[in-house]
Amino acid sequence: MSILVIAEHDNASLKSSTLNTVAAASALDGEVHILVAGSGCAAAATEAAAASGVAKVIVADNAAYANQLAENIAGLAVDVAADYDYVLAGATGNGKNFMPRIAALLDVQMISEIISVESADTFKRPIYAGNVIATVQSTDAKKVITVRTTAFDPVAATGGSAEQVAIDTASDAGVSSFVGEELAVSDRPELTAAGIVVSGGRGMQNGENFKLIEAVADKLNAAMGASRAAVDAGFVPNDMQVGQTGKIVAPELYIAVGISGAIQHLAGMKDSKVIVAINKDEDAPIFQVADYGLVADLFDVLPELEAQL
Amino acid sequence: MKVLVAIKRVVDYNVKVRPKADGSDVDLNNVKMSLNPFCEIAVEEAVRLKEAGKVTEIIAVSVGAKVVQEQLRTALALGADRAIMIETDNNVQPLGVAKLLNAVVAKESPDLVILGKQSIDGDNNQTGQMLAALSGMGQGTFASNVELGDGSVEVTREVDGGLQTVSLKLPAVVTTDLRLNEPRYASLPNIMKAKKKPLDIVTPEDLGVEIAASVTTLSVEPPAERKAGIKVASVEELVDKLRNEAKVIS
Repeated sequence: MSILVIAEHDNASLKSSTLNTVAAASALDGEVHILVAGSGCAAAATEAAAASGVAKVIVADNAAYANQLAENIAGLAVDVAADYDYVLAGATGNGKNFMPRIAALLDVQMISEIISVESADTFKRPIYAGNVIATVQSTDAKKVITVRTTAFDPVAATGGSAEQVAIDTASDAGVSSFVGEELAVSDRPELTAAGIVVSGGRGMQNGENFKLIEAVADKLNAAMGASRAAVDAGFVPNDMQVGQTGKIVAPELYIAVGISGAIQHLAGMKDSKVIVAINKDEDAPIFQVADYGLVADLFDVLPELEAQL
Repeated sequence: MKVLVAIKRVVDYNVKVRPKADGSDVDLNNVKMSLNPFCEIAVEEAVRLKEAGKVTEIIAVSVGAKVVQEQLRTALALGADRAIMIETDNNVQPLGVAKLLNAVVAKESPDLVILGKQSIDGDNNQTGQMLAALSGMGQGTFASNVELGDGSVEVTREVDGGLQTVSLKLPAVVTTDLRLNEPRYASLPNIMKAKKKPLDIVTPEDLGVEIAASVTTLSVEPPAERKAGIKVASVEELVDKLRNEAKVIS
């Protein structure tokens, strides 16, 4: 048995979600190999080779893979997958984009966002926005799976010494091209990988007031998040949204400020280890999942909290 | 230009579903069903493209039992010109749906196929990508903006950390994210008119597609409940608890 993990990276470095996916792969029985497909991705490949529990790193370095275009990655991955029993990737923006394409080309019914490995062919995954957990079994000979990365503790980033094998294939499907990207530039930890997340909701009233959240986040070296209500109201950009339709996070500490706690938000953060809710409405549903609740006006609390940290 | 919009009938998003007592499946008895929210956005985008004069015909298609006609009529009321129902009583998984849609694509030769990025029941987020794979089309998933040009489409996609724009040759597949548009409501006159619009019924056999289900749901259960904790009286107490009890800050 052998397992192929498709790495999440930006060419310059490996994203930590890859380590969570390797952890899920390690719960299966077999040798774990990582495919790093990119352009000028040697640094990411070296990081992948150092990850604990990885036997081999396959490096496909070609301009066609520079921007992780699904059409090109899928063409490559289908060829590489021929030798494997499992193909895994994190359920990240990229993984969600190219994995179903790979599965269809392999004629496999993919299994999305597993949260546990029950056996070689049986997995648990959330459905209905996380209101139900399904146990599913696959009879496909080859299994194509995305992993909810927050459900698996990452393997160590160092200590491994996998061999690196370069493959020389250029798979350009010729139907898509990269035009550009606008990525938020920030010194903060990435939302989905941060140990502490401070999120604001509709209670923040406007985008300017998110400076209060920022000040607390600075003190804690935390990532900043938001509820869908805050995003829809235009307070903050889309990529800050935590929830079923946004990012799924599970940090050590999640601080929800002025967030009522709609089901769709809870689905994105309820696996956090410790949850703090700050809201002036004592009946807000967020308090039902919070370990520590503070019923107070956030405009009083945030400056005080910043001062005490 | 012709646009195909694939839609799904799902449990209404306001319904909180629960597992059946025996844990065999979710309990869908007497539950309100609706058009999947992401599919509403897909229909809306097609209608806007038609209103902008870039599209001449919108075909709505859905897979399922007879009742999916309700959602196809909704799509017709929102502005689709005609509908195709692929009738089957079987529970078809995303790969099967993609194969059925691919057969419709082969027959209808649309320039663009728009789907919701995922349905809010199975949360698979697969069908659009699979259809693109099977038909050899490019895919613009999780779209927040669609610029339809001559022979190509530029799709701005919601990716981790921001936005990415790709250019796809037509025909292409687009899947919708939440912020692509705000769907309209169907007006009463349009609901009445929709009843007279053509709705063709075909079967998987008619399309020459064999559906296999290789993933079986063994059981369903509610997620682990999180217990409410305690209320603290002050910021001072909160910081003390986080530092000394939960030990999550230093």
